[in-house]
Amino acid sequence: MLADFNFRVIFEYLPLFLTGLKSTFLISIISIMLALVVGTIACACRISGIKSIKYPAIAYIEIIRSTPLLVQIYFLYFGLPTLGIRVPEIQTGILALTLNSGAYIAEIIRAGINSVDDGQIEAGISSGLNYLQRMRFIILPQALGVTVPPLLGQSIVLVKDSALLSLISVMELTRCGQTMTSERFMPSEAFFTVAFFYMCIYFCLKALADWSQKRLIFREAY
Amino acid sequence: MMAFYFGKLVEIFPFFLKGLSMTVQVAFISLVTCTFIGFVLGIFRAGKNIFIKRLIGVYVSFVRGTPFVVQIFIIFFILPDWGIQLEAFQAALLAMAIMGSAFICEIVAGGIDSIPRGQWEAASSSGLSLFQQLRFVILPQSMKVILPPLVGQYVLLIKDTSVISVIGVMELTRVGWLTVVRIPEGLMVFSLVGVLYFVISYPLILLSNYLEKRMAV
Repeated sequence: MLADFNFRVIFEYLPLFLTGLKSTFLISIISIMLALVVGTIACACRISGIKSIKYPAIAYIEIIRSTPLLVQIYFLYFGLPTLGIRVPEIQTGILALTLNSGAYIAEIIRAGINSVDDGQIEAGISSGLNYLQRMRFIILPQALGVTVPPLLGQSIVLVKDSALLSLISVMELTRCGQTMTSERFMPSEAFFTVAFFYMCIYFCLKALADWSQKRLIFREAY
Repeated sequence: MMAFYFGKLVEIFPFFLKGLSMTVQVAFISLVTCTFIGFVLGIFRAGKNIFIKRLIGVYVSFVRGTPFVVQIFIIFFILPDWGIQLEAFQAALLAMAIMGSAFICEIVAGGIDSIPRGQWEAASSSGLSLFQQLRFVILPQSMKVILPPLVGQYVLLIKDTSVISVIGVMELTRVGWLTVVRIPEGLMVFSLVGVLYFVISYPLILLSNYLEKRMAV
């Protein structure tokens, strides 16, 4: 089965895989940063009482959550040129990942904010704390514990989702595997190496997520 | 020009319905198998046998640590090397089953672990066998914890069926991809594809939200 597994070819292609790893890394970091911004804005719109921004935010979140990422990627990839917008594939990909994760992050942040009981805020007000102090000492310490672990979970999902960008020929990790397969016809070596690199990223993020789960949940608050 | 393409799109709409039925078929078969395998694995994962527990843990982290596309490529390109010939459809179902059952396994194990030890002890001291303990005492209670994330996972699995288009299964995304080559209106074609996915998965999202509220402990 794996008796003729060829490590030499893997070493030969290692520079390619490392560039792929680097670009997966960059794409993920840029997308998660932008998605945090988009998600915060979408969440702020969604919980605001103003109807003209609340309903578009709800529509955005629900549409993104109920269609597959691949369809969203193709939508932008084939759709932007018809609108006369020509950007490199990598930017289309980052845009798609950002919009996709933004919707999920909006829901995560909303859950975090909802998790803080109204009574806590009222107690803060009656203790004479101002808005910043309430945020700093009451709301954020409790909300962060509920928000940060799922945010890290979302970033794990985003790293894995970035593999789909290989289908619009963005040169990232999975695409490197495809390149190697088509050049050498060695799918086992190529895709097991790709899987190995993804596993490395996954375990780092998972360790971080587990740590934050332990560290950040403020049980005393209840 | 737009109206012309729209007319074309209406003309080939049956093609999309075919894709939709393929998506529904794949989703349904894989949801059923994933639920079944996931429950079995989850029960073992929550059990006492350390070895089996670890083994399932390794399997779960392999699946959760790699993207679904890579898993599909591994199954579709590497199994033939090992002498297992699969058609695209079968490979897709296999990949979905492997992926989905790992996620469902974790949900089920989490649900079972949430039941306090006393319940097991009470059940076993009432003279129930291990199977009866699970069937009549533990699972009915843990369903409250399992069901909302399970339905959420179903939505994710249905959306993940779009990825099997990469190995050429003629489902909805693949149909869209083939159509956009002939009708160069990406926005229109993939809006239609998106709407069809929305029709399947949005009711499940609503169900998941409802269950979450209903079963909040």
